[in-house]
Amino acid sequence: MDDVERVFREAHGRAVATLTGLFGDITLAEDAVQDSFVTALDRWPREGVPGNPAGWIVTTARNRAVDVVRRSRRGRELTEHIATDRLRAEPTAALEDPELVPDDQLRLVFTCCHPAIRLEHQVALTLRLIAGLTPAEVASAFLVSDETMAKRLVRAKFKIKAAHIPYRVPEAAELPGRLRAVLSVLYLVYNAGADDVGRRDLRAEAIRLTRVLVALMPDEPEAVGLLALMLLSDARMPARGDGACVVLLKDQDRSLWDHSLINDGQSLVLACMRRRRLGPFQLQAAIQALHCAAPRYEATDWPAIVRFYDRLLTVMPTPVVALNRAVAVAETEGPEAALLLLDGVADELKEYHLLHASRASMLERLGRPQEAAEAYDRAAAMARTDADVIFLSRRLAEFAVGHAGPPGRRGCLAGCGSVRG
Amino acid sequence: MNQYLLSVYEVEGEVDGAPLTPEEMQAFMGRVIALEEEMDRAGAFAYGGALHGPEAATVVRGGTGLDKVTTDGPFVEAKEHIGGFYIVNAGNLDEALTWAEKVVEATNHDIEVRPFRATGRLQAGPGH
Repeated sequence: MDDVERVFREAHGRAVATLTGLFGDITLAEDAVQDSFVTALDRWPREGVPGNPAGWIVTTARNRAVDVVRRSRRGRELTEHIATDRLRAEPTAALEDPELVPDDQLRLVFTCCHPAIRLEHQVALTLRLIAGLTPAEVASAFLVSDETMAKRLVRAKFKIKAAHIPYRVPEAAELPGRLRAVLSVLYLVYNAGADDVGRRDLRAEAIRLTRVLVALMPDEPEAVGLLALMLLSDARMPARGDGACVVLLKDQDRSLWDHSLINDGQSLVLACMRRRRLGPFQLQAAIQALHCAAPRYEATDWPAIVRFYDRLLTVMPTPVVALNRAVAVAETEGPEAALLLLDGVADELKEYHLLHASRASMLERLGRPQEAAEAYDRAAAMARTDADVIFLSRRLAEFAVGHAGPPGRRGCLAGCGSVRG
Repeated sequence: MNQYLLSVYEVEGEVDGAPLTPEEMQAFMGRVIALEEEMDRAGAFAYGGALHGPEAATVVRGGTGLDKVTTDGPFVEAKEHIGGFYIVNAGNLDEALTWAEKVVEATNHDIEVRPFRATGRLQAGPGH
Protein backbone atom coordinates (compact mmCIF):
# COMPACT_ATOMS: atom_id res chain seq x y z
CA MET A 1 0.00 0.00 0.00
CA ASP A 2 1.47 3.38 -0.93
CA ASP A 3 1.47 6.44 1.33
CA VAL A 4 -1.46 8.15 -0.32
CA GLU A 5 -3.58 5.03 -0.03
CA ARG A 6 -2.68 4.73 3.66
CA VAL A 7 -3.59 8.38 4.27
CA PHE A 8 -6.89 7.82 2.48
CA ARG A 9 -7.76 4.74 4.54
CA GLU A 10 -6.94 6.45 7.79
CA ALA A 11 -8.68 9.69 6.88
CA HIS A 12 -11.78 8.06 5.44
CA GLY A 13 -13.62 7.08 8.62
CA ARG A 14 -12.83 10.36 10.30
CA ALA A 15 -13.84 12.44 7.28
CA VAL A 16 -17.11 10.59 6.64
CA ALA A 17 -17.94 10.70 10.36
CA THR A 18 -17.26 14.43 10.65
CA LEU A 19 -19.26 15.27 7.54
CA THR A 20 -22.16 13.05 8.57
CA GLY A 21 -22.17 14.93 11.87
CA LEU A 22 -22.30 18.25 10.01
CA PHE A 23 -24.79 17.39 7.27
CA GLY A 24 -26.77 14.48 8.71
CA ASP A 25 -26.47 12.51 5.48
CA ILE A 26 -24.10 9.55 5.10
CA THR A 27 -24.33 9.34 1.30
CA LEU A 28 -23.58 13.03 0.88
CA ALA A 29 -20.62 12.65 3.25
CA GLU A 30 -19.28 9.58 1.45
CA ASP A 31 -19.53 11.21 -1.98
CA ALA A 32 -17.86 14.42 -0.80
CA VAL A 33 -14.97 12.48 0.79
CA GLN A 34 -14.59 10.49 -2.42
CA ASP A 35 -14.39 13.73 -4.41
CA SER A 36 -11.76 15.14 -2.05
CA PHE A 37 -9.65 11.99 -2.58
CA VAL A 38 -9.90 12.50 -6.35
CA THR A 39 -8.77 16.11 -5.89
CA ALA A 40 -5.90 14.94 -3.68
CA LEU A 41 -4.76 12.40 -6.29
CA ASP A 42 -4.59 15.24 -8.79
CA ARG A 43 -2.95 17.89 -6.60
CA TRP A 44 -0.71 16.11 -4.11
CA PRO A 45 1.75 14.72 -6.70
CA ARG A 46 2.21 18.24 -8.13
CA GLU A 47 2.01 20.35 -4.99
CA GLY A 48 3.24 17.89 -2.39
CA VAL A 49 1.34 16.16 0.41
CA PRO A 50 -0.03 18.73 2.90
CA GLY A 51 1.31 18.78 6.46
CA ASN A 52 -1.96 17.48 7.91
CA PRO A 53 -3.29 15.28 5.09
CA ALA A 54 -6.30 13.97 7.02
CA GLY A 55 -7.31 17.50 8.00
CA TRP A 56 -6.92 18.62 4.38
CA ILE A 57 -9.26 15.80 3.31
CA VAL A 58 -11.91 16.81 5.89
CA THR A 59 -11.79 20.50 4.93
CA THR A 60 -11.84 19.83 1.17
CA ALA A 61 -14.73 17.37 1.57
CA ARG A 62 -16.62 19.80 3.79
CA ASN A 63 -16.31 22.57 1.15
CA ARG A 64 -17.32 20.14 -1.55
CA ALA A 65 -20.41 19.06 0.41
CA VAL A 66 -21.41 22.69 0.99
CA ASP A 67 -21.23 23.24 -2.80
CA VAL A 68 -23.37 20.19 -3.49
CA VAL A 69 -25.96 21.16 -0.90
CA ARG A 70 -26.20 24.76 -2.17
CA ARG A 71 -26.66 23.63 -5.76
CA SER A 72 -29.77 21.58 -5.08
CA ARG A 73 -32.98 23.41 -4.27
CA ARG A 74 -33.90 21.10 -1.45
CA GLY A 75 -30.39 21.47 -0.22
CA ARG A 76 -30.71 25.27 -0.15
CA GLU A 77 -33.62 24.95 2.26
CA LEU A 78 -31.64 22.42 4.23
CA THR A 79 -28.62 24.69 4.60
CA GLU A 80 -30.84 27.61 5.55
CA HIS A 81 -32.62 25.67 8.24
CA ILE A 82 -30.02 23.41 9.70
CA ALA A 83 -26.53 23.45 8.48
CA THR A 84 -25.43 27.01 7.73
CA ASP A 85 -25.24 28.24 11.29
CA ARG A 86 -23.28 25.25 12.35
CA LEU A 87 -21.06 25.34 9.27
CA ARG A 88 -20.28 29.01 9.87
CA ALA A 89 -19.69 28.43 13.55
CA GLU A 90 -17.37 25.49 12.92
CA PRO A 91 -13.88 26.91 12.52
CA THR A 92 -11.73 25.02 10.03
CA ALA A 93 -9.01 24.53 12.62
CA ALA A 94 -11.38 22.51 14.82
CA LEU A 95 -12.30 20.24 11.91
CA GLU A 96 -8.67 19.52 11.21
CA ASP A 97 -7.68 18.78 14.79
CA PRO A 98 -7.71 14.98 15.09
CA GLU A 99 -8.17 15.21 18.86
CA LEU A 100 -11.40 17.16 18.68
CA VAL A 101 -13.67 15.03 16.53
CA PRO A 102 -13.52 11.43 17.79
CA ASP A 103 -17.17 11.46 18.95
CA ASP A 104 -18.39 11.52 15.38
CA GLN A 105 -16.30 8.46 14.54
CA LEU A 106 -17.83 6.58 17.43
CA ARG A 107 -21.33 7.62 16.34
CA LEU A 108 -20.61 6.38 12.83
CA VAL A 109 -19.41 2.99 14.14
CA PHE A 110 -22.62 2.52 16.14
CA THR A 111 -24.76 3.61 13.19
CA CYS A 112 -23.06 1.17 10.80
CA CYS A 113 -23.41 -1.68 13.32
CA HIS A 114 -27.02 -0.96 14.32
CA PRO A 115 -28.95 -4.21 14.91
CA ALA A 116 -31.73 -2.99 12.59
CA ILE A 117 -29.24 -3.49 9.72
CA ARG A 118 -28.55 -7.08 8.74
CA LEU A 119 -25.16 -8.40 9.79
CA GLU A 120 -23.57 -8.76 6.33
CA HIS A 121 -24.62 -5.18 5.59
CA GLN A 122 -23.14 -4.00 8.91
CA VAL A 123 -19.80 -5.56 7.96
CA ALA A 124 -19.89 -4.08 4.45
CA LEU A 125 -20.75 -0.59 5.74
CA THR A 126 -18.02 -0.73 8.37
CA LEU A 127 -15.38 -1.70 5.81
CA ARG A 128 -16.58 0.87 3.31
CA LEU A 129 -17.27 3.91 5.49
CA ILE A 130 -15.00 3.47 8.50
CA ALA A 131 -12.11 1.43 7.11
CA GLY A 132 -12.28 3.27 3.79
CA LEU A 133 -12.05 0.23 1.52
CA THR A 134 -13.40 0.83 -1.97
CA PRO A 135 -16.67 -0.95 -2.82
CA ALA A 136 -14.65 -3.27 -5.10
CA GLU A 137 -12.27 -4.15 -2.26
CA VAL A 138 -15.18 -4.86 0.08
CA ALA A 139 -16.73 -7.05 -2.63
CA SER A 140 -13.56 -9.10 -3.09
CA ALA A 141 -13.13 -9.50 0.68
CA PHE A 142 -16.48 -11.28 0.82
CA LEU A 143 -16.27 -13.05 -2.51
CA VAL A 144 -19.29 -11.35 -4.05
CA SER A 145 -19.55 -9.39 -7.29
CA ASP A 146 -19.04 -5.63 -7.31
CA GLU A 147 -22.65 -5.25 -8.34
CA THR A 148 -23.97 -7.30 -5.41
CA MET A 149 -21.83 -5.33 -2.98
CA ALA A 150 -22.91 -2.00 -4.47
CA LYS A 151 -26.54 -3.07 -3.97
CA ARG A 152 -25.86 -4.08 -0.38
CA LEU A 153 -24.26 -0.75 0.43
CA VAL A 154 -27.07 1.22 -1.20
CA ARG A 155 -29.71 -0.80 0.66
CA ALA A 156 -27.95 -0.39 3.98
CA LYS A 157 -27.60 3.36 3.54
CA PHE A 158 -31.23 3.59 2.46
CA LYS A 159 -32.32 1.80 5.63
CA ILE A 160 -30.34 4.21 7.81
CA LYS A 161 -31.98 7.19 6.13
CA ALA A 162 -35.54 5.89 5.76
CA ALA A 163 -35.84 4.41 9.26
CA HIS A 164 -33.98 7.35 10.84
CA ILE A 165 -31.36 5.19 12.50
CA PRO A 166 -29.88 7.71 14.93
CA TYR A 167 -26.35 9.03 14.63
CA ARG A 168 -25.37 8.66 18.27
CA VAL A 169 -23.60 6.55 20.82
CA PRO A 170 -26.22 4.44 22.65
CA GLU A 171 -27.13 5.34 26.21
CA ALA A 172 -25.61 3.44 29.11
CA ALA A 173 -28.54 1.02 29.43
CA GLU A 174 -28.28 -0.18 25.80
CA LEU A 175 -24.53 0.17 25.48
CA PRO A 176 -23.37 -3.35 26.46
CA GLY A 177 -25.56 -5.07 23.86
CA ARG A 178 -24.81 -2.55 21.14
CA LEU A 179 -21.07 -2.56 21.84
CA ARG A 180 -21.08 -6.36 21.59
CA ALA A 181 -22.56 -6.00 18.07
CA VAL A 182 -19.80 -3.55 17.09
CA LEU A 183 -17.07 -5.83 18.46
CA SER A 184 -18.55 -8.85 16.64
CA VAL A 185 -18.44 -6.95 13.35
CA LEU A 186 -14.79 -6.00 13.91
CA TYR A 187 -13.95 -9.62 14.79
CA LEU A 188 -15.72 -10.82 11.62
CA VAL A 189 -13.56 -8.41 9.60
CA TYR A 190 -10.45 -9.73 11.36
CA ASN A 191 -11.41 -13.34 10.74
CA ALA A 192 -12.11 -12.66 7.09
CA GLY A 193 -8.45 -11.65 6.96
CA ALA A 194 -7.27 -14.57 9.09
CA ASP A 195 -9.05 -17.25 7.04
CA ASP A 196 -7.16 -16.09 4.00
CA VAL A 197 -3.52 -15.28 4.79
CA GLY A 198 -3.38 -13.12 1.65
CA ARG A 199 -5.92 -10.70 3.15
CA ARG A 200 -3.48 -9.26 5.64
CA ASP A 201 -4.94 -5.81 4.98
CA LEU A 202 -8.31 -6.84 6.45
CA ARG A 203 -6.60 -7.96 9.67
CA ALA A 204 -4.66 -4.70 9.82
CA GLU A 205 -7.85 -2.68 9.31
CA ALA A 206 -9.71 -4.62 12.00
CA ILE A 207 -6.86 -4.03 14.44
CA ARG A 208 -6.65 -0.35 13.55
CA LEU A 209 -10.40 0.14 14.04
CA THR A 210 -10.35 -1.76 17.33
CA ARG A 211 -7.49 0.45 18.52
CA VAL A 212 -9.60 3.51 17.62
CA LEU A 213 -12.51 2.01 19.59
CA VAL A 214 -10.30 1.30 22.62
CA ALA A 215 -8.97 4.86 22.49
CA LEU A 216 -12.50 6.24 22.30
CA MET A 217 -13.97 3.93 25.00
CA PRO A 218 -11.06 3.15 27.32
CA ASP A 219 -13.41 1.97 30.09
CA GLU A 220 -14.90 -0.87 28.05
CA PRO A 221 -12.92 -4.00 28.92
CA GLU A 222 -14.43 -6.11 26.14
CA ALA A 223 -13.03 -3.71 23.52
CA VAL A 224 -9.60 -4.12 25.14
CA GLY A 225 -10.15 -7.90 25.22
CA LEU A 226 -10.90 -7.97 21.49
CA LEU A 227 -7.79 -5.94 20.72
CA ALA A 228 -5.68 -8.34 22.80
CA LEU A 229 -7.27 -11.33 21.07
CA MET A 230 -6.45 -9.90 17.63
CA LEU A 231 -2.86 -9.01 18.56
CA LEU A 232 -2.15 -12.45 20.05
CA SER A 233 -3.63 -14.14 17.01
CA ASP A 234 -1.73 -11.88 14.62
CA ALA A 235 1.53 -12.57 16.46
CA ARG A 236 1.35 -16.23 15.42
CA MET A 237 0.39 -15.59 11.79
CA PRO A 238 3.98 -15.79 10.47
CA ALA A 239 4.23 -19.39 11.77
CA ARG A 240 0.87 -20.47 10.37
CA GLY A 241 2.17 -21.20 6.89
CA ASP A 242 2.14 -19.27 3.64
CA GLY A 243 -1.53 -19.77 3.01
CA ALA A 244 -0.98 -22.84 0.86
CA CYS A 245 -1.16 -25.12 3.88
CA VAL A 246 -2.03 -24.88 7.55
CA VAL A 247 0.73 -25.39 10.10
CA LEU A 248 -0.79 -26.59 13.38
CA LEU A 249 -0.10 -24.85 16.66
CA LYS A 250 1.69 -28.00 17.78
CA ASP A 251 4.04 -27.91 14.81
CA GLN A 252 4.62 -24.16 14.59
CA ASP A 253 8.13 -22.74 14.77
CA ARG A 254 7.62 -20.51 17.80
CA SER A 255 10.68 -18.42 16.99
CA LEU A 256 8.64 -17.02 14.07
CA TRP A 257 6.04 -15.60 16.44
CA ASP A 258 6.05 -11.82 16.79
CA HIS A 259 7.07 -11.42 20.42
CA SER A 260 6.52 -7.69 20.57
CA LEU A 261 2.86 -8.21 19.55
CA ILE A 262 2.64 -11.01 22.14
CA ASN A 263 3.95 -8.64 24.82
CA ASP A 264 1.39 -6.00 23.85
CA GLY A 265 -1.44 -8.55 23.88
CA GLN A 266 -0.39 -10.06 27.18
CA SER A 267 -0.18 -6.66 28.92
CA LEU A 268 -3.72 -5.91 27.73
CA VAL A 269 -4.90 -9.30 29.08
CA LEU A 270 -3.26 -8.59 32.45
CA ALA A 271 -4.98 -5.18 32.59
CA CYS A 272 -8.30 -6.95 31.91
CA MET A 273 -7.65 -9.50 34.68
CA ARG A 274 -7.09 -6.68 37.16
CA ARG A 275 -10.38 -5.07 36.16
CA ARG A 276 -12.30 -8.28 36.95
CA ARG A 277 -15.10 -7.70 34.45
CA LEU A 278 -14.25 -10.64 32.20
CA GLY A 279 -16.47 -11.05 29.14
CA PRO A 280 -16.20 -13.44 26.18
CA PHE A 281 -13.52 -11.55 24.25
CA GLN A 282 -11.32 -11.09 27.32
CA LEU A 283 -11.58 -14.79 28.19
CA GLN A 284 -10.69 -15.82 24.63
CA ALA A 285 -7.74 -13.42 24.77
CA ALA A 286 -6.64 -14.95 28.09
CA ILE A 287 -6.65 -18.42 26.50
CA GLN A 288 -4.56 -17.17 23.58
CA ALA A 289 -2.20 -15.43 26.02
CA LEU A 290 -1.59 -18.78 27.73
CA HIS A 291 -0.83 -20.44 24.38
CA CYS A 292 1.58 -17.63 23.54
CA ALA A 293 3.29 -17.91 26.95
CA ALA A 294 4.41 -21.50 26.29
CA PRO A 295 7.95 -21.73 24.87
CA ARG A 296 7.12 -25.23 23.56
CA TYR A 297 3.78 -26.95 22.83
CA GLU A 298 4.53 -29.47 25.58
CA ALA A 299 4.98 -26.63 28.09
CA THR A 300 1.42 -25.31 27.54
CA ASP A 301 -0.52 -24.78 30.77
CA TRP A 302 -3.50 -26.90 29.71
CA PRO A 303 -5.25 -27.03 33.13
CA ALA A 304 -5.35 -23.20 33.18
CA ILE A 305 -6.64 -23.17 29.59
CA VAL A 306 -9.42 -25.62 30.47
CA ARG A 307 -10.38 -23.43 33.47
CA PHE A 308 -10.71 -20.38 31.18
CA TYR A 309 -12.79 -22.43 28.73
CA ASP A 310 -15.06 -23.40 31.65
CA ARG A 311 -15.64 -19.72 32.38
CA LEU A 312 -16.02 -18.91 28.69
CA LEU A 313 -18.68 -21.61 28.36
CA THR A 314 -20.73 -20.00 31.14
CA VAL A 315 -20.79 -16.58 29.42
CA MET A 316 -20.83 -17.88 25.84
CA PRO A 317 -22.49 -21.31 25.82
CA THR A 318 -22.09 -22.09 22.11
CA PRO A 319 -21.22 -25.48 20.58
CA VAL A 320 -18.04 -24.03 19.04
CA VAL A 321 -16.76 -23.02 22.49
CA ALA A 322 -17.66 -26.50 23.75
CA LEU A 323 -15.65 -27.98 20.86
CA ASN A 324 -12.56 -25.92 21.65
CA ARG A 325 -12.87 -26.80 25.33
CA ALA A 326 -13.03 -30.50 24.40
CA VAL A 327 -9.78 -30.19 22.44
CA ALA A 328 -8.10 -28.66 25.51
CA VAL A 329 -9.55 -31.41 27.73
CA ALA A 330 -7.79 -33.96 25.50
CA GLU A 331 -4.50 -32.58 26.88
CA THR A 332 -5.55 -32.82 30.55
CA GLU A 333 -7.77 -35.92 30.63
CA GLY A 334 -6.87 -37.69 27.41
CA PRO A 335 -8.48 -38.27 24.02
CA GLU A 336 -11.24 -40.57 25.26
CA ALA A 337 -12.76 -37.90 27.53
CA ALA A 338 -12.41 -35.37 24.71
CA LEU A 339 -14.12 -37.65 22.20
CA LEU A 340 -17.12 -38.02 24.54
CA LEU A 341 -17.40 -34.22 24.79
CA LEU A 342 -17.07 -33.84 21.01
CA ASP A 343 -19.82 -36.38 20.43
CA GLY A 344 -21.99 -34.23 22.71
CA VAL A 345 -21.92 -31.35 20.20
CA ALA A 346 -21.61 -33.49 17.04
CA ASP A 347 -25.25 -33.00 16.11
CA GLU A 348 -25.17 -29.21 16.25
CA LEU A 349 -21.81 -28.96 14.46
CA LYS A 350 -22.19 -31.74 11.91
CA GLU A 351 -21.47 -29.32 9.06
CA TYR A 352 -18.44 -27.71 10.73
CA HIS A 353 -15.17 -29.12 9.39
CA LEU A 354 -13.28 -28.57 12.66
CA LEU A 355 -15.65 -30.90 14.52
CA HIS A 356 -14.71 -33.74 12.16
CA ALA A 357 -11.03 -32.79 12.16
CA SER A 358 -11.02 -32.82 15.98
CA ARG A 359 -12.86 -36.15 16.17
CA ALA A 360 -10.40 -37.57 13.62
CA SER A 361 -7.46 -36.46 15.74
CA MET A 362 -8.91 -38.07 18.89
CA LEU A 363 -9.76 -41.31 17.06
CA GLU A 364 -6.24 -41.40 15.65
CA ARG A 365 -4.76 -41.02 19.13
CA LEU A 366 -7.05 -43.77 20.41
CA GLY A 367 -5.71 -46.14 17.71
CA ARG A 368 -8.91 -46.28 15.67
CA PRO A 369 -7.48 -45.48 12.19
CA GLN A 370 -10.52 -46.59 10.16
CA GLU A 371 -12.89 -44.21 11.96
CA ALA A 372 -10.23 -41.49 11.97
CA ALA A 373 -9.90 -41.72 8.18
CA GLU A 374 -13.66 -41.40 7.79
CA ALA A 375 -13.70 -38.33 10.01
CA TYR A 376 -10.80 -36.68 8.10
CA ASP A 377 -12.69 -37.41 4.90
CA ARG A 378 -15.78 -35.63 6.21
CA ALA A 379 -13.67 -32.71 7.48
CA ALA A 380 -11.97 -32.25 4.08
CA ALA A 381 -15.34 -32.27 2.33
CA MET A 382 -16.58 -29.43 4.55
CA ALA A 383 -13.46 -27.27 4.90
CA ARG A 384 -13.97 -23.69 3.79
CA THR A 385 -10.50 -22.51 2.84
CA ASP A 386 -8.06 -24.02 0.36
CA ALA A 387 -5.36 -24.32 3.02
CA ASP A 388 -7.65 -26.36 5.28
CA VAL A 389 -8.67 -28.61 2.39
CA ILE A 390 -5.03 -29.28 1.47
CA PHE A 391 -4.06 -30.00 5.07
CA LEU A 392 -6.96 -32.38 5.68
CA SER A 393 -6.56 -34.12 2.33
CA ARG A 394 -2.90 -34.76 3.15
CA ARG A 395 -3.82 -36.34 6.48
CA LEU A 396 -6.33 -38.44 4.57
CA ALA A 397 -3.71 -39.47 2.02
CA GLU A 398 -1.43 -40.61 4.85
CA PHE A 399 -4.14 -43.01 5.93
CA ALA A 400 -4.76 -44.16 2.38
CA VAL A 401 -1.17 -45.40 2.05
CA GLY A 402 -1.57 -47.35 5.24
CA HIS A 403 0.14 -45.42 8.00
CA ALA A 404 -1.06 -42.82 10.43
CA GLY A 405 1.77 -40.36 9.96
CA PRO A 406 4.73 -39.78 12.24
CA PRO A 407 3.72 -39.62 15.89
CA GLY A 408 4.96 -36.06 16.29
CA ARG A 409 2.49 -34.77 13.73
CA ARG A 410 -0.61 -35.58 15.65
CA GLY A 411 -2.53 -32.40 15.90
CA CYS A 412 -5.76 -30.70 15.59
CA LEU A 413 -6.84 -27.64 13.69
CA ALA A 414 -9.25 -26.63 16.42
CA GLY A 415 -8.21 -25.30 19.79
CA CYS A 416 -5.41 -23.19 18.43
CA GLY A 417 -7.44 -20.69 16.55
CA SER A 418 -10.29 -18.37 17.15
CA VAL A 419 -13.60 -19.18 18.68
CA ARG A 420 -16.45 -18.30 16.44
CA GLY A 421 -20.17 -18.88 16.47
CA MET B 1 -40.54 14.02 14.75
CA ASN B 2 -41.12 10.90 12.65
CA GLN B 3 -43.93 8.37 12.62
CA TYR B 4 -43.61 4.60 12.73
CA LEU B 5 -46.12 1.82 12.22
CA LEU B 6 -45.81 -0.90 14.86
CA SER B 7 -47.61 -3.96 13.52
CA VAL B 8 -48.56 -6.59 16.09
CA TYR B 9 -48.20 -9.97 14.42
CA GLU B 10 -50.31 -12.95 15.42
CA VAL B 11 -49.72 -16.49 14.28
CA GLU B 12 -52.80 -18.53 13.50
CA GLY B 13 -53.49 -21.30 15.97
CA GLU B 14 -50.67 -20.19 18.24
CA VAL B 15 -51.93 -19.88 21.81
CA ASP B 16 -48.63 -19.70 23.69
CA GLY B 17 -49.04 -17.06 26.36
CA ALA B 18 -52.38 -15.90 24.97
CA PRO B 19 -54.80 -14.81 27.71
CA LEU B 20 -57.26 -17.67 28.27
CA THR B 21 -59.02 -17.07 31.56
CA PRO B 22 -61.00 -13.91 32.39
CA GLU B 23 -58.29 -13.02 34.95
CA GLU B 24 -55.57 -13.32 32.32
CA MET B 25 -57.64 -11.27 29.90
CA GLN B 26 -58.05 -8.58 32.53
CA ALA B 27 -54.31 -8.52 33.24
CA PHE B 28 -53.61 -8.32 29.49
CA MET B 29 -55.99 -5.40 29.04
CA GLY B 30 -54.47 -3.71 32.08
CA ARG B 31 -50.98 -3.92 30.54
CA VAL B 32 -52.16 -2.59 27.18
CA ILE B 33 -54.08 0.32 28.75
CA ALA B 34 -51.11 1.23 30.94
CA LEU B 35 -48.83 1.21 27.90
CA GLU B 36 -51.19 3.39 25.86
CA GLU B 37 -51.40 5.85 28.74
CA GLU B 38 -47.60 5.91 28.90
CA MET B 39 -47.52 6.63 25.14
CA ASP B 40 -50.03 9.43 25.65
CA ARG B 41 -47.98 11.04 28.37
CA ALA B 42 -44.87 10.92 26.16
CA GLY B 43 -46.79 12.39 23.21
CA ALA B 44 -45.99 9.22 21.25
CA PHE B 45 -49.51 7.83 20.71
CA ALA B 46 -50.85 8.83 17.29
CA TYR B 47 -53.37 6.02 16.85
CA GLY B 48 -53.70 2.31 17.40
CA GLY B 49 -55.81 -0.60 18.46
CA ALA B 50 -56.66 -4.26 18.05
CA LEU B 51 -58.24 -5.60 14.84
CA HIS B 52 -60.76 -8.33 14.23
CA GLY B 53 -59.25 -11.44 12.67
CA PRO B 54 -58.75 -12.12 8.95
CA GLU B 55 -62.21 -13.76 8.83
CA ALA B 56 -63.62 -10.22 9.16
CA ALA B 57 -61.50 -8.84 6.30
CA THR B 58 -62.79 -7.68 2.91
CA VAL B 59 -60.64 -7.00 -0.13
CA VAL B 60 -61.40 -4.39 -2.79
CA ARG B 61 -59.47 -4.71 -6.06
CA GLY B 62 -59.31 -3.00 -9.40
CA GLY B 63 -60.24 0.49 -10.52
CA THR B 64 -63.60 2.20 -10.23
CA GLY B 65 -67.18 1.45 -11.10
CA LEU B 66 -67.73 -1.86 -12.87
CA ASP B 67 -64.07 -2.93 -12.71
CA LYS B 68 -64.20 -2.90 -8.95
CA VAL B 69 -64.21 -6.35 -7.39
CA THR B 70 -65.10 -6.81 -3.77
CA THR B 71 -64.35 -10.15 -2.17
CA ASP B 72 -64.44 -11.80 1.20
CA GLY B 73 -61.19 -12.65 2.98
CA PRO B 74 -57.75 -11.23 3.70
CA PHE B 75 -55.48 -9.89 0.91
CA VAL B 76 -52.83 -12.50 1.59
CA GLU B 77 -53.72 -15.94 2.89
CA ALA B 78 -51.02 -16.58 5.48
CA LYS B 79 -50.46 -18.13 8.85
CA GLU B 80 -49.37 -14.75 10.21
CA HIS B 81 -51.60 -11.72 10.20
CA ILE B 82 -51.69 -8.29 11.76
CA GLY B 83 -53.72 -8.46 14.94
CA GLY B 84 -53.40 -4.79 15.77
CA PHE B 85 -51.16 -1.83 15.32
CA TYR B 86 -49.88 1.40 16.77
CA ILE B 87 -48.74 4.52 14.99
CA VAL B 88 -46.20 6.23 17.24
CA ASN B 89 -44.38 9.54 17.06
CA ALA B 90 -40.67 9.04 17.68
CA GLY B 91 -37.53 11.06 17.11
CA ASN B 92 -35.59 8.18 15.59
CA LEU B 93 -35.57 4.41 15.13
CA ASP B 94 -34.15 3.71 18.59
CA GLU B 95 -37.06 5.53 20.23
CA ALA B 96 -39.53 3.61 18.06
CA LEU B 97 -37.79 0.34 18.95
CA THR B 98 -38.10 1.17 22.65
CA TRP B 99 -41.88 1.50 22.20
CA ALA B 100 -41.90 -1.73 20.18
CA GLU B 101 -40.17 -3.57 23.03
CA LYS B 102 -42.86 -2.32 25.39
CA VAL B 103 -45.61 -3.48 23.03
CA VAL B 104 -43.94 -6.92 22.86
CA GLU B 105 -43.89 -7.03 26.66
CA ALA B 106 -47.54 -5.99 26.98
CA THR B 107 -49.00 -8.16 24.19
CA ASN B 108 -46.57 -11.08 24.07
CA HIS B 109 -46.52 -10.83 20.25
CA ASP B 110 -43.79 -10.04 17.74
CA ILE B 111 -43.74 -6.53 16.30
CA GLU B 112 -42.66 -5.20 12.93
CA VAL B 113 -41.53 -1.56 12.94
CA ARG B 114 -41.78 0.45 9.73
CA PRO B 115 -41.04 4.12 9.21
CA PHE B 116 -43.66 6.25 7.47
CA ARG B 117 -42.59 7.77 4.21
CA ALA B 118 -43.87 11.32 4.13
CA THR B 119 -46.64 11.51 1.50
CA GLY B 120 -49.91 13.32 1.03
CA ARG B 121 -51.03 15.46 3.91
CA LEU B 122 -48.19 14.23 6.08
CA GLN B 123 -45.71 15.79 3.63
CA ALA B 124 -47.74 18.92 2.90
CA GLY B 125 -48.17 19.67 6.59
CA PRO B 126 -51.22 21.02 8.43
CA GLY B 127 -53.68 23.28 6.62
CA HIS B 128 -53.71 21.29 3.35
